[in-house]
Amino acid sequence: MKKDTSTINPLENEAIYIFREVAAQFEKPVLLFSGGKDSITLVRLAQKAFYPAKIPFPLMHIDTGHNFPETIEFRDRLVKELDLELIVRHVQDSIDEGKVKEESGKYASRNSLQTTTLLDAIEEFKFDACIGGARRDEEKARAKERIFSVRDDFGQWDEKNQRPELFDMLNGQIELGQNVRVFPISNWTELDVWSYIQKENIEIPSIYFAHTRATFLRDGLIWSADDEVVYREEDEVVENRLVRFRTVGDMSCTAAVLSDADDIATVVQEIKNSTISERGARIDDKRSEAAMEKRKQQGYF
Amino acid sequence: MEVLKIATAGSVDDGKSTLIGRLLYDTKSLTSDKLEAIEKTSKQKGYDYLDFSLATDGLVAEREQGITIDVAHIYFSTQTKSYIIADTPGHVEYTRNMVTGASTSQAAIILIDARKGVIEQTNRHFFINNLLRIKDVIVAINKMDLVDFSEEKYNQIKADFSQLMQKRDYKDQNITFIPVSALKGDNVVNKSINTPWYKGQTLLEHLEVLNHDDVFNTGTPRFPVQYVIRPKTEQFHDFRGYAGKVYGGQLSVGDQVVALPSKTTSTIKDIYVYDQKYETASRRSSVTITLEDDINVSRGDMLVKVNDLPTIDKQFTATISWMDSQSLRTGNKYVLQHGVHKVLARVETINHKINPDYSGVEDNVSALTMNDIASVSFKLNKAIYYDSFIKHRTNGSFILIDTQSNNTVGAGFIQ
Repeated sequence: MKKDTSTINPLENEAIYIFREVAAQFEKPVLLFSGGKDSITLVRLAQKAFYPAKIPFPLMHIDTGHNFPETIEFRDRLVKELDLELIVRHVQDSIDEGKVKEESGKYASRNSLQTTTLLDAIEEFKFDACIGGARRDEEKARAKERIFSVRDDFGQWDEKNQRPELFDMLNGQIELGQNVRVFPISNWTELDVWSYIQKENIEIPSIYFAHTRATFLRDGLIWSADDEVVYREEDEVVENRLVRFRTVGDMSCTAAVLSDADDIATVVQEIKNSTISERGARIDDKRSEAAMEKRKQQGYF
Repeated sequence: MEVLKIATAGSVDDGKSTLIGRLLYDTKSLTSDKLEAIEKTSKQKGYDYLDFSLATDGLVAEREQGITIDVAHIYFSTQTKSYIIADTPGHVEYTRNMVTGASTSQAAIILIDARKGVIEQTNRHFFINNLLRIKDVIVAINKMDLVDFSEEKYNQIKADFSQLMQKRDYKDQNITFIPVSALKGDNVVNKSINTPWYKGQTLLEHLEVLNHDDVFNTGTPRFPVQYVIRPKTEQFHDFRGYAGKVYGGQLSVGDQVVALPSKTTSTIKDIYVYDQKYETASRRSSVTITLEDDINVSRGDMLVKVNDLPTIDKQFTATISWMDSQSLRTGNKYVLQHGVHKVLARVETINHKINPDYSGVEDNVSALTMNDIASVSFKLNKAIYYDSFIKHRTNGSFILIDTQSNNTVGAGFIQ
C-alpha cells in the first residue's frame, strides 16, 4: 500500500473529477476520440476515474477518411483491449448525402467538414455531453472555453454568453436538444500531456515518433506525400525525410516536423526545447487570425 | 509538478495583458510562431515596441475593441511550477468575471498604474480578492518607467493601499508590493537596475517560492460523494466505491466516518486511486473510498469524520455575487448547487447590498442586478451540509442556477 496521494498530479485530480461529474450529470455522454495523443490521454483518465468499473460511455470517432493508417490500427487495438464501445461516423457519408461539399484546391481539407458529421451523430444518438481533448493552451479562442461548454440545438458556441465556472462546481443543466462539450484536460499544456504519457507509460501511435517518410515542402511546412489525400503540385518534389508528427489530425492539414526523437523520453525533451507551438503545424488555424473561433461558433470540437 | 492558479485584476489600460505577455516572454514561454504573430501585428499597428497584450486577447471582439471581455486562461511553466493565469477584466461592469477568476485561484495580482495610484477600481479589486479569501495577493505597481522609477511615488501608493487594507475582513491575507514596468520588463522576471531602492523579490521570484501552505486554505476534511462505482463484475462483485474529491483536510484508512444526511457511521476500508491502494487521501485528490459497512450512500451525500460534523440546515445567510441580467428578488426560487449537491432554494430576504469599494452597505434593497454583492437569506427544500466560507472555502460556497435558463446566475459564500 502506498502512503498518501499528495504527489499525484493536480491536473489528473481535476480531470478525474470532471469525468465523474459528466457520468453523474448526463444521460448519454460520449468521448470524442480522434486517435491523437490528447484523446488517448482522455481514455486513460476515464479508466482511472471509474476503476474498477468499465468506462461508462462509448467512444466516437468522426472519421474524415484522411487518416494516418497507423492511428486507425491503433484505435481499433485500444478499443479491443479495453473492451470499449466504438462508434464511427464518416465525413464521406455526409459528402455522399450532399450535406457538405468537398473543398478543392491547394489547401483543401476535410477538417471543417467534420462539424456537420459530428452534429448529425450527436442528433442520431441523442448525446447530451461530448467529451473532447481540447486544451486552452492550444489556441487563443480555446483559452476562453469553459470546462462544461453549452452548445445550442444547432451545436453552436456563443462565446459571449458562457456560464461562469466557480470553484470546482460544474453546472451541467441543459434543455432538451442542447448538449455540453466537456474538456477534462482544459488546463493541461502540450508538455503536461507528453509528460503524463511518459509517466503513465501510455502507448501512442507510431507516427508521433521519428520515422522516415516520403514528404514534400510547402509554405515552410513538411507534408506527407500521399497523393490520394494530400494535394501536391507537380513541382513540389517528394523526398524522404526523418520526421514525426506533433499533432494528428486530418492528413491533408497536418504537417510533420523534422525530428530524430524516436522514443517518449526524447519527444518530451524535444517539446521542452521547442520554440514552435503545436498548432503551428496545423494549416487549418493559419487561414485567418480568428479561424478557430469561427469554426467553434459553427459547432467544431 | 505543482500547479499555481493566479487571478489578475486591473483597470482598463493598467497593462494587465502586457504584464502577462511580459511574463510569458521573459520566461521564454512564447513560441516563435506566436512571437512572430505579435511582431507582425505590432508593426501593422505602427507601434515601436512589442504589444504583448496580443498574446492573450483571444476573441475577435476583443481584438477589435482592444479590451479583454471574458476570463482567458494563460499557461506557462518554470523548472519549479506550472502556472495558470486567469486573465479577468477590470471594468466596473465585470465584477462577475473577477469573482469567477478569483474563485479558482490561490494567488492574485492587482495592478495599479503608478501615475494614477490607488483609484476606486483598486478598492473593488482588493475587495473581491479579500472576499474570496485569496491567501496571497501581489500588488504590482506598474508603469514605473513613466514616473521615473520614483521611490517616493511607490511609497505613496503603498501607503494609500495600506489604508485600504485596514478595512479588509480577511486579515491573514499575505500582501506584497512590487514596483514593475511590464512594458520594459522591470522586476517582472528580471531584477530592475532602475529601482536600486527596492530590495524585494521580482514578481516571478515571489511566485516561485510560494508553497502549498502559503496558498491553500485549510479546513477540516469533507468528502462530497460524486459518483458511486459498482462494477458488477465477477472479480469485483460486491465492490461499492464512493468516488469524490477530498477537501480541506485528509482522510485515512481506518478513520471513523459519518455519512450525511443519514448520519450512519462506518470506517474507511480502502482508498483507491485507479488500481493502487493508499493509506491516506490527501487534500484535493480525486479518490475512491470503500467502507467497512454496507450503508446507503449516494451522489450528493457527504462523508465526514465523526465528531467533526458540518452544519446541517435548511436555511442560512450568504454573501451573494449576482451574475445575471435578470434580477434576484425576494421570493425567487433557484437551484442551489453546493459542491455536487443540488437543492431548491428560495430567497427569503435581501438583507443589504454591500458596496464592493468599501463605501458601506445599502439597506432596503428590493432586487439585485448584475455585479451586485449582497447579504441574502435563503430557505431550502432539503438540508445541505455546510461550513461557513470563513472556515471552509469549498464547503462554504455554492452557485445559483436559474430554473428556466439553466444558467449559473450567482455565487454564494455562506456566512
